[in-house]
Amino acid sequence: MLQYSELEAGTIAAISTGNVTNAGISIVRMSGPEAIAIADRIFVSVHEKTPSGEYLANANSHTIHYGHIYSHGTLVDEVLLMLMKAPNTYTREDVVEINCHGGMLVTRAILETCYEYGARPAEAGEFTKRAFLNGRMDLSQAEAVIDLIEAKNQIFMKASLNQLEGKLSSQIAPIRESLLNDCAHIEAALDDPEHIDLEGFSTDLKNRLYAILENLQRYIDSFSSGKIVREGIRTVILGKPNAGKSSLLNALSRCDRAIVTDIPGTTRDTIEEQIRLKDMLLNLVDTAGIRDASDQVESIGVDKSLKCAEDADLILYVVDCSTPLDANDSKIMDLIRDKNVIVILNKSDLDEVVTEEDLFSRLSPTNQVRMIHTSMVKEEGLELLEETLYDLYVKGRLVVSDDLVLVNDRQKNALVSCVHSIEQVLQSIELGLSEDFYTIDLMNAYAFLGRITGDEVEDDLANQIFEKFCMGK
Amino acid sequence: MAYVEENYDVVIIGLGHAGCEAALAAARMGLDTIAFTISNDSIAMMPCNPNIGGSSKGHLVREVDALGGEMGKNIDKTFIQSKMLNSSKGPAVHSLRAQADKQDYSRSMRQVLENTEHLTLRQQEVSDLLVEDGKIAGVKTVSGATYHAKAVVICTGTYLKARCIYGEVSNYTGPNGLMAANHLTQSLIDHGIEIRRFKTGTPARVDKRSIDFSKMEEQFGDERIVPFSFSTDPDAIQKEQVSCWLTYTNEETHKIIRDNIDRSPLFSGQIHGVGPRYCPSIEDKVVRFADKERHQVFVEPEGLYTNEMYLGGMSSSLPEDVQYAMYHTVPGLEHVKIVRNAYAIEYDCISAIQLKSSLEFKKIPGLFAGGQFNGSSGYEEAAAQGIVAGINAACYCKGMDPLVMDRSESYIGVLIDDLVTKESTEPYRMMTSRAEYRLLLRQDNADLRLSHYGHHYGLVSDEQYARVVEKERLVKEEVERLETVTVGTSKKVNDLLESLGTTPLNSGATLAELIRRPEITYDMLAPIDPHRPDLRMDVAEQVNIFIKYEGYIDRQLKQVEHFKKLENRRIPDHINYQEIQGLRKEARDKLIKFAPASIGQASRISGVSPADISVLLVYLESK
Repeated sequence: MLQYSELEAGTIAAISTGNVTNAGISIVRMSGPEAIAIADRIFVSVHEKTPSGEYLANANSHTIHYGHIYSHGTLVDEVLLMLMKAPNTYTREDVVEINCHGGMLVTRAILETCYEYGARPAEAGEFTKRAFLNGRMDLSQAEAVIDLIEAKNQIFMKASLNQLEGKLSSQIAPIRESLLNDCAHIEAALDDPEHIDLEGFSTDLKNRLYAILENLQRYIDSFSSGKIVREGIRTVILGKPNAGKSSLLNALSRCDRAIVTDIPGTTRDTIEEQIRLKDMLLNLVDTAGIRDASDQVESIGVDKSLKCAEDADLILYVVDCSTPLDANDSKIMDLIRDKNVIVILNKSDLDEVVTEEDLFSRLSPTNQVRMIHTSMVKEEGLELLEETLYDLYVKGRLVVSDDLVLVNDRQKNALVSCVHSIEQVLQSIELGLSEDFYTIDLMNAYAFLGRITGDEVEDDLANQIFEKFCMGK
Repeated sequence: MAYVEENYDVVIIGLGHAGCEAALAAARMGLDTIAFTISNDSIAMMPCNPNIGGSSKGHLVREVDALGGEMGKNIDKTFIQSKMLNSSKGPAVHSLRAQADKQDYSRSMRQVLENTEHLTLRQQEVSDLLVEDGKIAGVKTVSGATYHAKAVVICTGTYLKARCIYGEVSNYTGPNGLMAANHLTQSLIDHGIEIRRFKTGTPARVDKRSIDFSKMEEQFGDERIVPFSFSTDPDAIQKEQVSCWLTYTNEETHKIIRDNIDRSPLFSGQIHGVGPRYCPSIEDKVVRFADKERHQVFVEPEGLYTNEMYLGGMSSSLPEDVQYAMYHTVPGLEHVKIVRNAYAIEYDCISAIQLKSSLEFKKIPGLFAGGQFNGSSGYEEAAAQGIVAGINAACYCKGMDPLVMDRSESYIGVLIDDLVTKESTEPYRMMTSRAEYRLLLRQDNADLRLSHYGHHYGLVSDEQYARVVEKERLVKEEVERLETVTVGTSKKVNDLLESLGTTPLNSGATLAELIRRPEITYDMLAPIDPHRPDLRMDVAEQVNIFIKYEGYIDRQLKQVEHFKKLENRRIPDHINYQEIQGLRKEARDKLIKFAPASIGQASRISGVSPADISVLLVYLESK
């Protein structure tokens, strides 16, 4: 067996929640002899008036602390910190877990603060390796740990530590109740057909389900806004070759990242850049120019551009207004018909042969299209673009109202599955199937919502039947 | 003083619906079996409702039949009315229910038992279990006789320390005034078995001549009678049926009940047992569902040779004078004469979490239990457990693996799994909603699902089993044929489709595609399907269901696949939960208490979280 001393010692840190975009809460974990000391350097509890630097060192093991992380006196985030002292920890070392609000930027900022104050990045699987080597588990146990992390997260969610989460749960609960009640009604009638009938039930059910679908759709839509706050606006720059896409990216990110030349087709792959614009986070994707590419490598890039555009929150469509619109432009306009689009009429320093009217008439009239004239060469129009973006996302769609609930990926998946199940019920109703078929999907819908509220199904249905319906016999 | 000593393989205690199936199964498997009963005249007695089957219970009867049990055959011989419930609904919830001639049912079952080889019937009360070296060794009777046996099956129903109550009257008897079994409980306790007390009830029986049927709605049986047993010839059982009658309670009835509620032993605290929510007494209904203006009362005959009628829906433990007063407010019952009072009954039983899925006690090898003693309710639930307990007692003697069906195989599997993994606080009743995979577990395909078990244990004959195998083959072949045979857009085809109220074809379609349309069934397409083989009705029924609901059936099959993965991860018998790191205390305690046989079963125990299951998996993996 390997000895611990043979390993590189030290305190390690990593984001332990795996793919961060999948979690509403991210955890930065530190393990090692210095873990608590490092945490004391960056964490200030709400109970501390003047930071002692020894708050956690003096605290009991296996406790949770509420406070803030600071880096050089600047607030990074509001966090919950879990303190677990050796040896009863996952790695049998001192372990500190910092629970922050999710979102790559904040999580990374906390992680980097940990590095700055003494931790080193963990290698892939190093926590598990330490646990294994410290005699905490055998090899097969270590392999099963991934599953455990999954399950642990679920419990964590259930604790509703996140206020936003609690809010969504409280709005989902009545919907669940309604689904369960309908199931109970059907099942009670099937169980005791001579006492309880289903006359006209499916019409009522249909109406209730449509109302529920509308509600659920609202939550699902809020997912994109929620994601925008946490992870940035997925912004894709589209345009035919040499319209000035890469110049726009460079102008916005103020560094020469994309290679800018005047040979059409220079950007053959997509390029990503995350920039902060006022309070907004933009995930900018520069794409290969869309045209019927003759070169094979370039054509892969074009396909990728199309794919990117499909998933985008916002499209910046760059038009070279010094050359007439052609088939390639038509292709792009077809693609962005239902999207949020800002059209950038670039090269306004040259003779404009394309007018706003040309574009308006060719983009779908339902599409709210904003037009901005820019000249990348003369650096004109960029401020206007920033203003427009700000209006669109901060003042406009993203004015956070009181009942806006932000939904994370996990919740969204549950919602989408629930919607799917309800659609199945509606389909069964349309097909004229009998009520006993509805409950299969209704109960699935109920269970999916339970993943959001953290409730298990168990004997809910039987209990509801007995509770609400007077059985005969 | 043990003056008699006899030796048997299997002892059955009690001959209600569980005991009968257990005794028959063990004896038919060739084991020397003795069955004890308080009274030979009460074998297979129906002390409550006069019917067999009903929603989900009909499924159980069909499954018992497929395993080679007797209940289905016996009701086919003795029914006086038959109805397929939910026939306008999907095939998964069709459920057969038959009114029985109670006396005839009991007599007929007794005849079968008395003429079964290897089976001895004995009217005597069993007082003690004999346990040697931690294993069951036999029983003793109140008379002091000792019966040595390798296996014992407890099917005491509602008789253990039974007490019947109405108003201020309380009798220490079993149902119908029969003697209670007052001795066995202490012996069970002495052997470490935990006892609890449940309660149930039954309505009054009244004199048919005192009822005014003109004020009631007549309830007829089905025109075409479908038998319960797969071995009964449908043509042989078509007969004239007896009607039931429907009337309603009203505000006046409810007022009488409310005014006298303090005289109910249930509300005054006289009764301590826990009653079932699904089978509430009329006073319970009036109190709990105060906004309901009326409740149904089904007036059902108890048999052909008696004037007694059963008042379904009016179970009660109110005093006799209140019973009279409330019945007299019900239309048609204004001058009714009571023959037997309604009463509540309390009895000793166990929580079945003390049992394995084979219905064997975890603590005492060779000791099995079935029926109402296990905390269930209903004749059919009892029979279902009885046959499993009987088969497994026989398997125990023969050194064979026990019969354990999982939740994806049968309602019996669901029933037993629920009983042994959930701590129910009331008598457990089967419901179709308890079966996760009910589209697969239909009453129409119980033979296809379970006959192989019955055959394996020698309870289903080779000939009968061959018939099932043949049926399976015919269904498969016909489904394949319908998936490939296409019909064109001929006038004949489209005329038929239009006459059936469905859209005509624009291009060719397979027959299967047409059957999937809601308006069409397999039978309807015969005129445009000239090469159709001549199939039995039950085969055609399977073909129709299989094609029509294929999408749903496939979905459930996929779910079953996932379910089986967890179910097949066995947990060793002597696992030490104390040494597993990472289990939460609650989960550890529950796992120790329930001792689940598989990961799947562990996951169904309330208080065991997915995280605990992961911990358990990791632990098992490392072993």
